[in-house]
Amino acid sequence: MRGGFSTLLYKEVLRFWKVAAQTVAAPVLTALLYLLIFSHVLEGHVKIHGIAYTAFLIPGLVIMSVLQNAFANSSSSLIQSKVTGNIVFVLLPPISYLEFFAAYVLAAVVRGCVVGGGVLLATLWFAPLGFAEPWWILIFAVLGGAILGSLGVIAGIWAEKFDQLAAFQNFLIMPLTFLSGVFYSVHSLPPFWQQLSHWNPVFYMIDGFRHGFFGVSDASPWLSLAVVAACFAILTVFTLNLLKSGYKLRA
Amino acid sequence: MSPAIRIEQVSKRFGSVQALDRVGLEINQGEFFGLLGPNGAGKTTLISALAGLVRADSGRLRVMDKDVQADYRAARRQLGVVPQELVFDPFFSVRESLQIQSGYFGIVDNDAWIDEILENLGLTSKAGANMRMLSGGMKRRVLVAQALVHRPPVIVLDEPTAGVDVELRQTLWAFIRRLNEAGHTIVLTTHYLEEAEMLCNRIAMLKAGRIVALDTTSNLLRRFSSHSLRLRIDRSLPDDLRAAATESGGWWSLPFDAFDEVETLLARVRAAGCGITELEIGKPDLEEVFVRVMQGSPSGQD
Ligand SMILES: Nc1ncnc2c1ncn2[C@@H]1O[C@H](COP(=O)(O)OP(=O)(O)OP(=O)(O)O)[C@@H](O)[C@H]1O
Ligand SMILES: [Mg+2]
Repeated sequence: MRGGFSTLLYKEVLRFWKVAAQTVAAPVLTALLYLLIFSHVLEGHVKIHGIAYTAFLIPGLVIMSVLQNAFANSSSSLIQSKVTGNIVFVLLPPISYLEFFAAYVLAAVVRGCVVGGGVLLATLWFAPLGFAEPWWILIFAVLGGAILGSLGVIAGIWAEKFDQLAAFQNFLIMPLTFLSGVFYSVHSLPPFWQQLSHWNPVFYMIDGFRHGFFGVSDASPWLSLAVVAACFAILTVFTLNLLKSGYKLRA
Repeated sequence: MSPAIRIEQVSKRFGSVQALDRVGLEINQGEFFGLLGPNGAGKTTLISALAGLVRADSGRLRVMDKDVQADYRAARRQLGVVPQELVFDPFFSVRESLQIQSGYFGIVDNDAWIDEILENLGLTSKAGANMRMLSGGMKRRVLVAQALVHRPPVIVLDEPTAGVDVELRQTLWAFIRRLNEAGHTIVLTTHYLEEAEMLCNRIAMLKAGRIVALDTTSNLLRRFSSHSLRLRIDRSLPDDLRAAATESGGWWSLPFDAFDEVETLLARVRAAGCGITELEIGKPDLEEVFVRVMQGSPSGQD
């Protein structure tokens, strides 16, 4: 433990790791259930980009788990600290806004990747998976996790009660992740929905991530990278300014 | 030597509540300073502004000559705050909490000092216990410990003895006194006025966000409180004595400045034919000062 950043990161990782049954095992099990149900129904009926459905679905479930758990980590940690009041422990020390942001976001990425890795390990046996261009896998997992981790920081700061956070999660994060091609290729959608999907940044995270496995995707991975990187840059600037303003943290 | 704390014209409003109204205050290094005032007077708000938990609407605050906004990182290193609310992180043990808190201040290996704090606060046997398992008083001790991990030159304790047993009060004050003797500046808020009277060399009283009294403890006692002859008698006090006296619960209280006045007072009581059933001498106390300052009768503003 050296500076404020590394300690805060360590504390945030330790926090979820101490309750890993709830923060890691449970989401892995949920993803496994999705896989069992959807592949049971659709395997053999659907092929996407020439890929068997189960194989197509696995990377989608993995990145969805990364994204949802990254969001859950930073948002629930912050709101718990606010509601219980122990947020003062991180507000009193000389931790800069950037350190604060980086630690929460990076811990969210770690949680996302641990859960995502767990989902991958648990589902690997169900279908043959290639790892065509593995660096894309890594890039989109990290950037996607960072984006949702930042959104989690924003939501955790904004929400005053747990149900406000749940609303943020249910009405924004869940629809964005579900309606972005986890379970299907957007090319199979009617034109209107296809167009709409291209405005959903989560679509690019999933599409780019999947590209790493199969080497084919709906959009070019470079376009996806550009969209995702731009989103992260905007969110970073926004969140840093929010922290600097003291919004809801420093009255 | 720069003051440990310099507060200039600080105001803070929450909606319609003026929590702080142009508060100005300087606390010197090495002082044991008391911040007193009724509920809602603004004590916690002032401490929070100092710690950067609350942003003042106007005015400036400095800790050891570091501005709490412009130079917040340096200012926070100088300051250890024991918050009023009993907060804790349920995920960690006592030792983990203290190690993590040290890390936030960039202190790598702090175990020797952590052990010393634990020892001094009677927490050694609880070091491995999870925070959730501790009693309220024990949690309060950990809050004190957390404020001290980075050996701050300025230590602010916001009602550290609320809901705490006699033993901890005594160990806590012994420890804080040692820190004060070692050069740490101490700022304390409490509703136990005898505690403040015993410990603080200087006191500020806040009322509705304003400082209404600021002086050394001994000056405050001298100005707003006096010795008194307290009597229980078998009939009513003669009129000439009654003018200066106050009565409550069957006790008459006659203020005096010098002890040789006692004889004269007693002689007059006897001369009026009153039989004395009980008698005691009351010393000046901070409670009387507090009540009189808050009633606003004499202006305490220097
Ligand atoms: N975050 C806040 N939002 C709105 N009002 C607040 C807030 N914090 C404090 N206040 C108000 O500001 C005033 C001063 O409160 P403060 O907590 O500073 O008092 P205090 O002197 O510490 O009282 P106590 O002895 O009860 O701890 C009160 O009227 C309080 O209701
Ligand atoms: Mg208070």
